[in-house]
Amino acid sequence: MSTDRIEKKVVLRAPRSRVWRALANAEELGAWFGAKLQGRFTPGARVQGPVTYPGYEHVTMDITVERVEPERLFSFRWHPDAVEPGVDYSGEPTTLVEFHLEEVAGGTQLTVIESGFDRIPLARRAKAFRDNEAGWAEQVKNIERHVSS
Amino acid sequence: MSPRSARLAGPAEAAPVFAALGDETRLALMTRLGRGQPLSIAELAQGMPVTRQAVTKHLHVLSHAGLVRDFRRGRERMWQPEAQRLAEARRYLDAISKRWDEALARLKTLVED
Repeated sequence: MSTDRIEKKVVLRAPRSRVWRALANAEELGAWFGAKLQGRFTPGARVQGPVTYPGYEHVTMDITVERVEPERLFSFRWHPDAVEPGVDYSGEPTTLVEFHLEEVAGGTQLTVIESGFDRIPLARRAKAFRDNEAGWAEQVKNIERHVSS
Repeated sequence: MSPRSARLAGPAEAAPVFAALGDETRLALMTRLGRGQPLSIAELAQGMPVTRQAVTKHLHVLSHAGLVRDFRRGRERMWQPEAQRLAEARRYLDAISKRWDEALARLKTLVED
């Protein structure tokens, strides 16, 4: 029932050194994240760059590097879902994104953990879905149907 | 950074919620609370075939599942549904989760090439 964190595990058929480069090299990270990033990922460094994903070109990807432990752990903080034009997110809490690397048979296991969502104002979280909101009464009906069928 | 989606939470996450609702009295309480306005235990117990104490117990089960919450209004304790807020929080996480899936698929392509 956690609303605070996301955890993803994926096995990549590539050596750990290759996966590490795709994470710890700003240009490579940008390439698969969909942002034009430049700079060096060292602890405490702030790295920014324009998002290249269609429809989100007005957004700047903005991360602050936390930990860099070669081929083991890379982590940064950012403002998740900071996509609304003209909104200053700097005063809001950040989430922590961690990439853990582990060697497994046939490649590298990558675990991604993003945590700290419960500190993001609920109004901000809810806003993203205002259009899709179903009333509670409707949900109760759905649940009733589910448990009575 | 992909467009947003609003899928409902998966079955594993929903299980405790359904377990809490798998009781006639609790379902009736949720339906009453679902009409939108906060209710006291006395109001909730009205016309119910169970005691106020039983209603209180059931409310705590629902509260534990994150479906309702209570607050004080004067001397009375009021109850209201929490599920909509929780559902919002989960949908938000779900959309971000989907974005991670997409980003990791791109990473996979990049490093496995």
